[in-house]
Amino acid sequence: MFDSSALLRQRFAALRSTAELFSLRHVKQSHQALSVRRNVAEPPFFSQDEGAMLTVRVNGVEAYAATADLSQHGLQQALERAEALARQIAGHSLLDLREQPVTSARHDHVSPHFDQPLPSLADCLGLLAAESASVPKDSRLVDWQAGLGMSVVEQTYLNSAGAELRHAQRFLFPGLSVTASDGQDSQSRSLGRDNFGQQGGFEIVERCGLISAASRVADEALQLLLAPNTPSGPHDLLLMPDQMMLQIHESIGHPLEMDRILGDERNYAGTSFVKASDFGHLQYGSALLNVTFDPTIGEELASYSYDDDGTQASKQFLIRDGLLLRPLGGALSQFRSGLDGVANSRACGWNRAPIDRMANLNIEPGDRSLAQLVKGIEHGILMRTNRSWSIDDARNKFQFGCEWGQLIENGELKGVVKNPNYRGISAQFWRNLSAVGDRSTFQVLGTPNCGKGEPNQVVRVGHASPACVFRQIDVFGGDA
Amino acid sequence: MSATPQQRFETLLGALRDTLQVGEQFTLGYSAEQSQFIRFNHALVRQAGEVSQASVQLRLMRDGRQAEQQITLGDDAVLDRTRLADALSQLRQTLPLLPVDPYLRLDDTPWHSHSQQDHPLPELDEVLALIEREAGDLDLVGIYAAGPICRGFANSFGAFGWHQANSFNMDWSLFHSNGQAVKANYAGQVWHADDFTARLRQAREQLAFLGRPAITLKPGSYRAYLAPAAMDEIAGMLCWGGFSAQALATGNSALQRLYNGDARLSPLVSFDEQVSGSLSPAFSDEGSPRLDVPLITQGQAVQRLISARSAAEFALQANGADSYESPCALSLAPGNLASEAILERLGTGLYISNLWYLNYSDLPAARMTGLTRFATFWVENGEIQGPVSTMRFDDSLYSLLGNQLEDLTREREMILSTSTYGQRSTGSSHLPGALVKGLTLTL
Repeated sequence: MFDSSALLRQRFAALRSTAELFSLRHVKQSHQALSVRRNVAEPPFFSQDEGAMLTVRVNGVEAYAATADLSQHGLQQALERAEALARQIAGHSLLDLREQPVTSARHDHVSPHFDQPLPSLADCLGLLAAESASVPKDSRLVDWQAGLGMSVVEQTYLNSAGAELRHAQRFLFPGLSVTASDGQDSQSRSLGRDNFGQQGGFEIVERCGLISAASRVADEALQLLLAPNTPSGPHDLLLMPDQMMLQIHESIGHPLEMDRILGDERNYAGTSFVKASDFGHLQYGSALLNVTFDPTIGEELASYSYDDDGTQASKQFLIRDGLLLRPLGGALSQFRSGLDGVANSRACGWNRAPIDRMANLNIEPGDRSLAQLVKGIEHGILMRTNRSWSIDDARNKFQFGCEWGQLIENGELKGVVKNPNYRGISAQFWRNLSAVGDRSTFQVLGTPNCGKGEPNQVVRVGHASPACVFRQIDVFGGDA
Repeated sequence: MSATPQQRFETLLGALRDTLQVGEQFTLGYSAEQSQFIRFNHALVRQAGEVSQASVQLRLMRDGRQAEQQITLGDDAVLDRTRLADALSQLRQTLPLLPVDPYLRLDDTPWHSHSQQDHPLPELDEVLALIEREAGDLDLVGIYAAGPICRGFANSFGAFGWHQANSFNMDWSLFHSNGQAVKANYAGQVWHADDFTARLRQAREQLAFLGRPAITLKPGSYRAYLAPAAMDEIAGMLCWGGFSAQALATGNSALQRLYNGDARLSPLVSFDEQVSGSLSPAFSDEGSPRLDVPLITQGQAVQRLISARSAAEFALQANGADSYESPCALSLAPGNLASEAILERLGTGLYISNLWYLNYSDLPAARMTGLTRFATFWVENGEIQGPVSTMRFDDSLYSLLGNQLEDLTREREMILSTSTYGQRSTGSSHLPGALVKGLTLTL
């Protein structure tokens, strides 16, 4: 771990610049993707990536240059290119950062069980092959896949004010999916995949429930193929954590990103229905809604001690008792807006600059068991596992679809329904939150696929949530 | 004098060939770019940087087994050779752990392809000055991305492909003080300041319409014109597995019913993968020459995109598709609607410049949902009345490009991808606008 540190320190110390501030962010990432599809092992894929971003501040104007040439000469050249660029854009710059505070913190952060050895590649492939092989033989089961992704990231941030911040993280993404088709309709059921990523060791695979799950997942896909469509009309909606994460992500996370509110993302990711003046005033949801930025849950995907700009991370309520309190805004957004934010300035790698991102964005547990949540619904639908997501550029009008639906009548779970979709408006939806599950319903989930920014970046974000009930939501099924 | 990207690639290739053992085969892909990324907000520079990156993707095959490794190159010939040797070593250790891959197929033709253009790109000072002069009084937000892009491929059978081009992509929006916006783009390989200025001025003129009071529509079915940029979003959904041989064989394609012959689109609809003449490399990431492939002709499915792996798995003939079997240069044939007649033919309905955030609400039914975004207008009797507040649609492709399709425009737009996830994309689409009798709005 941190094998490059001594050399990086030495080279950073030897860099020469006339800038008032400069920094180096070195990122080394490795990735391994294993998959068995329809009982055939797909070619394993490995990657090794390493490079550094040099950022300078010249008379309050910042610019960067990213390079994979980590020699003294390569780093010095990148620094000089960044400096030249900062001078070139000086007359056109939106921001004057001369007064922005600079970190000088020094800290190491390491994922839980980072050094715990993982099973061999052959053992991992064996596990995936066993899951694949346990999918029942049924001509309607046309596709299935068991996979395991593993990433290791080491990052070192150094700046000319003396900061040295390092983190070493390991991420696992176990997953399984099965598709059933009758030639006209197709229905898929999945477990894990892009919504069950965590930091840590192989215990994540067990926690995900992947082992011995294939036959159940296949059976659920077949049930969906035979199920009637989801009925249309207003229903109470019980969302399980693997759909709640998407709901949180799209209709709380993105609208609260401060760079969107400041207009940076209007050409691509979009803007927000939330205004800077709403913080401290807007009743975002019902009094049951408590949303936190929480980097302290060790296994959650975006737990860290400092963000990529060197701001110390701590748990903060963004929404408490339904009242909107603070945005997802890192140090720069806080400087620009004058609002308190969180440590969420993040980059996807060495070749992209940090911007405001979601990290771990969670809903705090309530006081109802799952049985109590179901019992409290007279006429509703349970939905789990996101499969479709769409929301407007202000993150207000949304439509989401799930893999699995189940009717609830008079406080009891009833039959399975397919193509469960629902739509709503963020600004109103959270006010219909009528019950929040307790810790027994709470799950720590996360996705590696949050896209945003120009140039584009994909980062890992964590979402932990209990099951939740929403009153009178517009639900509907599909055409088939 | 430092080595060119092609020389760097060839040096690595030579080193790899020298260390290959009897019985081993390889493919080596190369990807590099030097990019300027300048973000704008309020017509000023919000964030500026340069990125220099290069990587190779090595696939090693032996005894019917294969594994792949991608490594970032460090612009240091000795270090890069060491990294490639390390990757080769890891793959050699991995192969014996794997079962035989029954779908391993290789294109063993020793094809050659070379394309290089070095049109000069504008100086950044020139771009900044133009934006200040032409848009300094506007609320412009967006990105300028520019620089050379290289793609290479070689294998142990003697195939060699090289693609290198300078390109730029200026993608921006102009915002009215009421929050409405118009989107525009100027991209290509040859920069003409006058063309860029003309695009900027055209967008400025559209802003005037956005200042009118916004119109809020109720859910229902509306006559609509979808401009090429809006059609690009719909086409993008079809690229998401729609034409893929694997997706079609496993119930995961939105065009399943079309390819089964159970549904058809309007006879006006003909989609092709039109690689020739596009800005994409002439070879796929798998190492085959890309082919022009007719996908849908006059509303009926013709061919699908077939990778070498799918060819082996489903007993098909590979046709140069990437491993993801997604089009890189999708083309929709033009129709008969003249651009100057669009508003008149629309009569009363929606003029939709852009769509946003599409996804499937029922994939087997090719039913998709999404939203209007940027410069969507309500038109009455061929006259623009004002901008329309954001609306959601939810409709089937078999309706929009089926029985509801009235015409396609005679003129098409070449839309160059603005995607910069990981690297700058070389993808494009060539699309007309579409006039539809009914588009279902739901929220």
